[in-house]
Amino acid sequence: MTTVHEPRTSPEVGGIGHSVRRKEDDRFIRGAGNYLDDLNLPGMLHMAILRSPVAHARINSIDSSAAMEIEGVLAVITGEALAAHGLAWMPTLSGDTQAVLATDKVRFQGQEVAVVIATHPYIAHDALSHIDVDYEELEAITSPQQSLATSTLIRDEKEGQTDNVAYTWEAGDQDSTDAAFAAAARVVSLDTHYPRSHPAPLETCGVVADVNSITGQATIYMTSQAPHAIRTVFALVAGLPEEKIRIVTQDIGGGFGNKVPVYPGYVVATAASLLIGKPVKWIESRTENLISTGFARDFHMHAELALDGDNRITAMRAGILSDQGAFFSDAQPTQFRAGLFHICTGSYDFPSAHVTAKGAYTNKAPGGVAYRCSFRVTEASYLIERLVDNAAHEVEMDPADFRALNFIKEDQFPYLSPTGFVYDSGNYHGAMDKAKEMIGYDGWRARQAEQNADPDATKLIGIGVASFTEVVGAGPSRQYDILGLKMFDSAELRIHPTGKAILKLGVQTQGQGHETTFAQIVAEELGIPYSDIKVMYGDTDNTPYGLGTYASRSTPVGGAATAVVSRKIRAKAQKLAAHLLEAAEEDLDWEPGKFTVKGTDQSVTIQEVAFAAYTNHPVGMEAGLEGVTYYDPPNMTYPFGTYIVVVEVDTGDGTWKVLEMVAVDDCGVRINPMIVDGQIAGGLTEGFAKANMQWITFDDDGNCIGSNFMDYLVPTAWETPRYQLGETVTPSPHHPIGAKGVGESATVGSPAAFTNAVIDALWSKGVSNIDMPVLPHRVWGALNGVEASP
Amino acid sequence: MYPSAFDYSAPGSLEEALATLAELGDEGRVLAGGQSLIPMMKLRLAAPGHLVDINRVDELAHISESNGHLAVGALARHADVASSETVSRHNHTVASAAPWVSDPLVRNRGTLCGSVAHCDPEGDWNSVMLAVGASVVARSSSGERVIPITDFVVDFFTNSLDPGEMVTEVRIPAYQGPAGGAYLKLERKVGDYATVGVATHLVLDGSGNVAQAGLGLTAVYGHNLKVTEAEEMMAGQAPGPELFAEAAAIAARACDPDDNVRGPAEYKRAVVAEYTRRGFAQALALARGEG
Repeated sequence: MTTVHEPRTSPEVGGIGHSVRRKEDDRFIRGAGNYLDDLNLPGMLHMAILRSPVAHARINSIDSSAAMEIEGVLAVITGEALAAHGLAWMPTLSGDTQAVLATDKVRFQGQEVAVVIATHPYIAHDALSHIDVDYEELEAITSPQQSLATSTLIRDEKEGQTDNVAYTWEAGDQDSTDAAFAAAARVVSLDTHYPRSHPAPLETCGVVADVNSITGQATIYMTSQAPHAIRTVFALVAGLPEEKIRIVTQDIGGGFGNKVPVYPGYVVATAASLLIGKPVKWIESRTENLISTGFARDFHMHAELALDGDNRITAMRAGILSDQGAFFSDAQPTQFRAGLFHICTGSYDFPSAHVTAKGAYTNKAPGGVAYRCSFRVTEASYLIERLVDNAAHEVEMDPADFRALNFIKEDQFPYLSPTGFVYDSGNYHGAMDKAKEMIGYDGWRARQAEQNADPDATKLIGIGVASFTEVVGAGPSRQYDILGLKMFDSAELRIHPTGKAILKLGVQTQGQGHETTFAQIVAEELGIPYSDIKVMYGDTDNTPYGLGTYASRSTPVGGAATAVVSRKIRAKAQKLAAHLLEAAEEDLDWEPGKFTVKGTDQSVTIQEVAFAAYTNHPVGMEAGLEGVTYYDPPNMTYPFGTYIVVVEVDTGDGTWKVLEMVAVDDCGVRINPMIVDGQIAGGLTEGFAKANMQWITFDDDGNCIGSNFMDYLVPTAWETPRYQLGETVTPSPHHPIGAKGVGESATVGSPAAFTNAVIDALWSKGVSNIDMPVLPHRVWGALNGVEASP
Repeated sequence: MYPSAFDYSAPGSLEEALATLAELGDEGRVLAGGQSLIPMMKLRLAAPGHLVDINRVDELAHISESNGHLAVGALARHADVASSETVSRHNHTVASAAPWVSDPLVRNRGTLCGSVAHCDPEGDWNSVMLAVGASVVARSSSGERVIPITDFVVDFFTNSLDPGEMVTEVRIPAYQGPAGGAYLKLERKVGDYATVGVATHLVLDGSGNVAQAGLGLTAVYGHNLKVTEAEEMMAGQAPGPELFAEAAAIAARACDPDDNVRGPAEYKRAVVAEYTRRGFAQALALARGEG
């Protein structure tokens, strides 16, 4: 049985289970955050980037002489200049190469062609229009299908590349899957496109590169979710000695996966600072962010389910064609070419699955980042939850009942999935039952039957269910690395003489509340009030090495490291306490904040112990109370939940609105329930955005449609539905505090619930699929047999 | 984003503003709310040489009713129009459209007159003005003229102002008897341009028949479109679902929407028809005091 975690500590200590206010919000709410563009260094220069207006063209020449004549312009840097230093191309996080500044060709609209370095940002931007580039336009390849069919080679500069295939990959077992399909009583299939989206963090990307020409010290202030990894990449790419590179991240205004990769602007600004000997600032515009930095998704998916005569799933097949853009730059673990997409068997128990994936180069921006997602788990979850819903409709079963029939049962965990994941824990029926009860599922089904039965009804009710399973917390070092760097993470904890503490992390907050949550873990383990613990991150000279924050890995990995280092310190504290109390170590009882001699009222507080560590430590023991832990997780964690949405579809104009939504999440033990609720509400809103309005698309010439917030739609409070949140708690059995990670669950799980709801409303009218975003014209088109394009 | 360089002046009176505009000719551009102009400058889609900021010309901030018309001054914000009792009493179409203009932030700053002058075919106000038969007061240092809205809206982002002239007021006929109207807008989110917008206006005569009908469409033609054929067809007829369906069919034929990310043309025509029916039904209910 799952229960909500009862706090063990007092509200003042604020350990696990307390919804304490976020320590960082004081400065954010007062407008006193310190973001990259707030940084101004003496003598700092400004960089602006000239980008390609066309999707595919040969560059015949670049004439920057007129730009150089503008007063205040110090340099115009082109790909040719970078090539002289071996910097025109750089490696991507998927082992491909990417142009820093274009030399031979431009391969997507918005690609970096040249930069201007000037004394003022206005001058730099004015000068861009004075650089004359002679483009010879080529055929633009704007879909992966077109890419695989054409003889035009997008990556003609790449040695050994003879087609437009970026990668191929497979998982699972083809033979057993084929056998199961051959024996199936029924096969249900679905073709759907998970559209290209963009993380669109409110703060765009940027860098202030400050290379000291005397000492060679490079201090690089930037918006990165993974500063330590970036330092190593810079050392390897630019050949700078790693001890002379310091990456500093200040407050970051959202990342969502967009701030994991290394972008050309970072490299050129650093090269320019090195060249000129002054700090160089580059701050990306909104349009630059949307058209050139890491997009997400863009998976064309085909999948089939095999069912037996009792409506049990026996096997799944999935074939993916991904649109990678001009360079294969997914940010993902090296071993997995399509991320963790093979988690696509979801919450269901069946023995066989086979997944194939192929990526195609196109003349679009590169990316494939995990937008609030653990490496393609979002696409996987959407696919299985849409497919299961259609299967339920085809066999005329209630979608909730069909899921319950096929769920992995509570007593089957740990569960080995047909594609090789070992699910650590779960209680899928528990989350489903709770969600149904909260929303009044049977009542809504009755109202739906009544309202939709009227043949003249113009408002149709639909009920959508999604029961997702995520895989987060990368990851165990035997399987998970990025560019060879193992995906452990770290925590360094120092307790000061007065009992206050500083915790230094290898993970990197972008607004998630690390300064509060991680202090609460220490508070739980040591009984030091969370408000006495300063949390530091994001300065590679002053924090232990870690792989950063994305893929919901902070709590599963960095949180585990924090608990473990706290326990190391508690072990030493116990020795000190024994010394102070003149008792044997094993005769001491621990409760958060205090050691007591068993059966007595003699005790010392953790603060007294800390003071003794610096003032009265026993002979033979090192002074001080500090430690560092590098945590290599034994397994991933598997958060899950059930979301249910009720919508009403207007058949006259194709619009739909959410009447009610319930989200029941199980992320194991919740450290700060308020922060968890905030993460879920935000994630649900991003899921709603993708289902309802948001995508990046291109016209036939490869022009990006979605290059600003007039076209790339982000919902505001006006559009966002109201959510009711619920929880069950199934602790992770292998995580030190039983937590699983929650930052991405709602973004992963909710899109299918929204789409399923609209399809549920329209199924009786013969509509079995509408791709996201489920725009009004697509709904109307599906009802009226009008092809909606694009 | 960084706009191109420009000059700026902020006159304290209308007289001074007109003198400055006269001097600048083609170079001068009036800045009122700036909710279209500033983004265009920021994206370098517009690069005016000289902005004449009229925000200190307080005499232009009026919303009033006199001589049978509502007058909305050049500094009256969309939010002022949306919250004005004078407006809601005298013209339902205008009152109904005001909350649909962009988002609350833009409405707090942007002006009705500025939007009318901008002539963006995806802007909401000119459909309303075409439906209700508004006129535009234009002033220059050499005098004033009153331009019927049908003459003012020339084309895509093009009005009939001369260099040195500015819009000081929009005049909207006030209701004199049973009348009603509505503005229905399909948008993808708050703050979006219309996928389709339909402005309806209905004045009834003593016997309850249509004395005057107005129908304006947003975002489905090269400019905001007045559907004169439907308006003329409806005059003198008994209002009701059949008449509105006929008007809807005319409207769907009259428009010429693009296929784009907001949907295929066929869909937009269907929504034009649907919203024409719904809009006139709402207008009729309001005119009969049933709204």
